Order: sequence, then structure tokens, then C-alpha cells
Amino acid sequence: MSAVIIKNLYFSYKKDNVLEDINLEVNERDFLAIIGPNGGGKSTLLKILLGLLSPKSGTIKVLGEAPHKNLSKIGYVPQNTNINIDFPIKVIEVVMMGDIGHKRPLFGYSQTEIACALGALEQVGMQEYADRKIGSLSGGQRQRVMIARALCTHPKILLLDEPTASIDSTGQKQIYELLKRLNEHITIIVVSHDISIILGYADKVAYINKTLTFHKINSTFKPPKDTEHFCEVEMLQLLSQNKEM
Amino acid sequence: MLEALSYHFIQNALIAGVLVSIVSGVIGSLVVVNRMVFLSGGIAHTTYGGIGLAIFFGFPIFLGTSLFAVGAALFMAYITLHQKERMDTFIGLIWAVGMAIGIIFIDLTPGYHVDLMSYLFGSILAVSKEDLYYMSALTISIVGIVSLRYRDILAVSYDSQYASLRGINVPFFYTLILVMSALTVVIAIKVVGLILVIALLTIPVYIAEKLSNSLGKMMLLSGLLSSIFTLVGLYFSYQYNLTSGATIIIVGAISLLLFLGIKRLIK
Repeated sequence: MSAVIIKNLYFSYKKDNVLEDINLEVNERDFLAIIGPNGGGKSTLLKILLGLLSPKSGTIKVLGEAPHKNLSKIGYVPQNTNINIDFPIKVIEVVMMGDIGHKRPLFGYSQTEIACALGALEQVGMQEYADRKIGSLSGGQRQRVMIARALCTHPKILLLDEPTASIDSTGQKQIYELLKRLNEHITIIVVSHDISIILGYADKVAYINKTLTFHKINSTFKPPKDTEHFCEVEMLQLLSQNKEM
Repeated sequence: MLEALSYHFIQNALIAGVLVSIVSGVIGSLVVVNRMVFLSGGIAHTTYGGIGLAIFFGFPIFLGTSLFAVGAALFMAYITLHQKERMDTFIGLIWAVGMAIGIIFIDLTPGYHVDLMSYLFGSILAVSKEDLYYMSALTISIVGIVSLRYRDILAVSYDSQYASLRGINVPFFYTLILVMSALTVVIAIKVVGLILVIALLTIPVYIAEKLSNSLGKMMLLSGLLSSIFTLVGLYFSYQYNLTSGATIIIVGAISLLLFLGIKRLIK
């Protein structure tokens, strides 16, 4: 079964189309990167995938159903994880927020929930930080906690919005290595500006600027080194050369 | 001092002080983490309209202030959910209009010379038995609601976007937090007055925030600190014949300064 199937999808907030004739198929255990300019419709597509917005026309199926019916199977990592840094909350409490599957006790948290959250933290290598205040972590560590929160419901698909936008380069690399590892079991869809790293890890790239251009990254394609920086034009050139190869 | 404790009005004042401290610790924490401090200030001042209304029509002050506070909270919840970028304008609006309504109603009340000061700066020594009943009922309800729905409230306060993705009714809980803070303001007015309410909701909370790693602990600690400030403030107010509300706030402010000084020295 495909993880995501989008056919002839159109979307508009007011009169003008934000997305036009989008067609996309994502298979299970794909690692898809969505790139494109600001205002090109990346976030809109993400919101449609999450069931927060409905398309004007066309169809979208996530794991064979309408997106809002499968929410617990989609893990979501939002863009800005630097909000509310002062907030008095423990890492494990943040992770347990992702959990909607278990029965809740009247007060506090159940043993199953705690075990489940610790398991998710272990997956991202953050279990020893469970009782730390979220604000005391670095940006990269906080991002891994947000990934653990998304993993809490054992999702089949993980959606990430600019996961490395505000993280130093070591942290970025760790995040992508983590995603690569998770990708062995989970379909990963990541929206990013971070082209050089995306090219090293993703196996498919969708470029969105109102319409969608799809690229497959085959094995003969050499990803650029970490030190190199690509602008989106160079990136597209690279991708189209790659397509002809 | 000990013989003072045998007076009924002192006993009432102490009980009222502790009740209000507990609620303001819980709600103050929510107000601070949700960045609603200015908003609560606006609601506090709006309640003056309720005071005027109650005096004019001759019904209990608590009823008038509760009515105005809840009305203002619902209105501001609507604004926050639909026109967030214009919030400051509307806060200014309810702030002034509420006070204006109160003053006009009091002008219209024949032969009434209201002691404005007691509403602006509190009158904890004039707490009646009925006041205590209302305060207790409200304290129990608010503490009950917050403990039963702690996780939803925590999720909405920390990351409302994510909370709504997880199926939590964010507008409902946001409105609930605002209405609860409006009602807290109503009973806190009795203790410190409507001008000083904001200090009671923020000073203990600010200290507690630095010392807590969870929202629940922050609420407990704020409640405790707030009780200490209120009781110490009452003592000085009795001993030196000072306005109780103002004394309580000054005790809190000095403690905050000391706390920040000590924190700096330790670092």
C-alpha cells in the first residue's frame, strides 16, 4: 500500500490557487524531501497531509484513507521548537503530549504512558534527559524530543517541517542520521531548505512552487559534500542532470 | 499580635488571604505561561463596571464583578481566537470602558458616597462570611477543574497548535483559562484591590517559575509563596496601620528583589 497518494489536487485560500494539479505518490519507507521557495505552498501541502486543510478539488489518501481519519498514524514535528523555552515542563511531559492512544487516568500519567514515552525517548537517544526541564536542552536535543513526541503513537509516517532550521551543523547531522535510522521502519516526509543535507539522505525530492516537480535520486547520483552550499537554482540543475543520467 | 487573632475580622482576613493565594498561585501560573498578564489586567479593571452596576441596582458586589469579569473574558477570548493581532487595542478598550461604566453608575446612585479606595486597593479586613463562602466555592471549583483537566490545559498552554492536532478543543480550553482567571481576579480584588491584582498574579509566579520544572510544581509553589506574602503583609499592615493590599504587594516585591539578588550571587 502506498503511504500517500495525491491526485489532481488543487487548493486555494481565497481566489488564486496556491497549489495546482498536484500529483504525488509516496511509498512506504520512502524518504521524501519537499523543497521550494517561501510561499510556494510547502506548508499548505503539509497542512493538507495533516488533515488541517481540505483540498478544493482532487483526492488525497494517507494510508488508504482521508488524512483526518488516520491522525494517530501520522507523527508530526512542527517547525518552530524554540517557542516557550521558559515553560516549566519536563522532557517526558512534552513527549507524553503526543500520546492519544492510551486510556488516561483521572490524575497524572499512567505507567503505560510513561513506559511508552521513555521508549520513544530511547529511540532518539534522549532517555537520560527525561526529567530535565525542556528549556535546559540545546536546539538539537529539543528537536529530538519533538521527534520522540511524534513517535509516541507509533506512526507509520513521520512529517517534519524544517526540522533543522534553528540548529547548529552538528545537531543537524545528528537529526538526519536519526531520521535515516527511523526510515528503516517509517515513511519520512520532510520539508526543508537544507538542500545539501537533504540530498545526502532523501531518496525522493518534490519541488513545490504552486505545481509539483518530482525527482528521484538514484544511486549513481553523488550528493554534495556537507561543506558545499547550493542555492535552489543550482539544486534544480543538479536534479535535472541526475534525471537524465 | 496574638490577641488580634481572636477577632473575627482578622480570622476572616487570614482565611481569605490563604484561599486567594491558592487560586492566584494556580491561575497566576496559567496567566504567566500563556502570556495573558496584560489581558488579566484589563479584565481586572473592567470589573469596576460590575462594582458600579451592583451598587446602583443593590445586588451583591461579587455578582456584579463576576458578571463583568466573565463577560470581558468571553469577549477577549473571542478576540484572541479571531483577531489576535489587535488584542492590545481591545484590552485597552475593555479596561477603560469598564471603569467608565462603573463611575457613571456610581454617579447615578442617589446619595451614595462609595469608598473607591477599598476596591482599588483591597479591603481584606472587611471580608464577610458570605465572601468566604464564595471564595471557598470558587477555590474548590478552580483547583478541581485544573487538576482534572491538567493535561489538556498543559498541552494547550505549551503548544496549542500541536494540541489541536491531537484532537484537543483548543478554543474551549483557552476560553476556560480566561474565564477562570477572570473569576480569580474577582476574589483577589477583595484582598489586594483591582489595581494590585496583577502583582499578586505575577510576583509569586515569577519566583516559582525559576524554581520549578513542571507546571504543577509551579502552581503549588506560587500558591505557597503567595500565602506567605499575604500573611506577612497582613502582619505589617496590622502592626503599622498600613493599607493591607499595598503592604502585601510590597512584601512580594521585596522578596522578588531578594530572590533575584541571591540568584545572581549564587551564579
